Amino acid sequence: MTEMTETTVTFTVNGAVRTIKVFPRTTLLDALRWQVGLTGTKKCCAEGECGACTVLLDGRAVNSCLVLAVEVEDAAVVTVEGLATAGHLSSVQDAFLTEGAIQCGFCIPGMVMAAHALLAENSRPSEAEVREGLSGNLCRCAGYQRIVQAVLLAAADGATVER
Amino acid sequence: MSHSLGYARPRQLAEAFDVLEEFGRDASLLAGGTDLVVGLRNGRVAPRMIVDLKRISGLHPVIEEREGRVSISARTRLTDIITDPRIQDHFPALVEAASTVGSVQIRNRATLTGNICNASPAADTAPALLAYGADVVLISRRGTRIVPLEEFLLGPRHTNIGADEIAAAVEIPQPAARTGSRFARLTRRRGVDLATISLCCVVGSRVTRFAYGAVGPKPFAMSDESGVLADPESSPEARLEVLHGFVAQATPISDLRGGRQYRHAMLLALSQRVLRAAIARRDRT
Repeated sequence: MTEMTETTVTFTVNGAVRTIKVFPRTTLLDALRWQVGLTGTKKCCAEGECGACTVLLDGRAVNSCLVLAVEVEDAAVVTVEGLATAGHLSSVQDAFLTEGAIQCGFCIPGMVMAAHALLAENSRPSEAEVREGLSGNLCRCAGYQRIVQAVLLAAADGATVER
Repeated sequence: MSHSLGYARPRQLAEAFDVLEEFGRDASLLAGGTDLVVGLRNGRVAPRMIVDLKRISGLHPVIEEREGRVSISARTRLTDIITDPRIQDHFPALVEAASTVGSVQIRNRATLTGNICNASPAADTAPALLAYGADVVLISRRGTRIVPLEEFLLGPRHTNIGADEIAAAVEIPQPAARTGSRFARLTRRRGVDLATISLCCVVGSRVTRFAYGAVGPKPFAMSDESGVLADPESSPEARLEVLHGFVAQATPISDLRGGRQYRHAMLLALSQRVLRAAIARRDRT
């Protein structure tokens, strides 16, 4: 398959199958925000430094700014909008609220997604493991302490996190 | 900037070779994309065609052991290398090096082969692969070429891959039983930073191999076959003399990550440190 223009991509976003047309250079981030209409995933550095655009791609945390939309054919993407179930926040989201881990809020969707991926792999991380797991996510408010506490709280509460 | 860009998703190697034949150097190979997508965005690379390697049936992500060598295929993500028990067992310094690349998110996409093909002077995995004596496996319609990594890396962003070739794997010989290794990297912050300097030491019972990154146009390796570095009884002065000779080959620049003199000084200090750590690992096993 060789395409010089727009390519059709079919993938799953938060459990729903979506088909969109994208140019090869369109990133997954831009496709999610502008074509799928899910603006919870934030665009910041757009070069893989800040983690604000973190989503789960086939269960793994990735920077959606570094993934081309054409690459996700047949893949499953979960964004921050896909975490709450039946109107209930996920345990990680709850823990962020409980700990007051949100200042300006811009980095939080990425932080929450990175935390979900971490807890899916390691349900009882140490503080050092949480910091390592979130080292790809920058918070310009420098609210790291409470963010780390929130992830530890979610783990202590026995959060069950599915990919 | 907004020139036409195509995207190919070949299912077979033959299809991929067809696209390479048509587009030559105007085609960019895509595996993890963590360098390519940044390059597309800032205009550093401007291919006319992207060839996505991820759906090629003959190019599975796989780590295999055979005939004393470990082969890591081009599509293997860094995360999967870091967590592989065979890599942890044989190549602990590669695990250390791969673990320093970017962040969890980057390592979940980035591949080892991509890190090498991107040929950054600061590529984190390069010193470890050089120190272990890795080869790059290049495939094309002409056949297979196995090129030592030292010869594959030519300079900043420059390798000797042919326009018709695909880097299919990195192969590393399994170290002899009595071997210790250690990677170290100096950065300003822990996550998502490029190396100020990076280095790796692999010490056997007699031969010691060092490799250095971010201190010249390309990562390079040095060997001590005299046994001075490998012998715990050697005098500190004798060891220092050998290491001085190694780091004298470095030609670091001064930039925002550190001055030339600072890099030189840290190279020597960290060389001594990783040598001690590698010897300790060797003698513990």
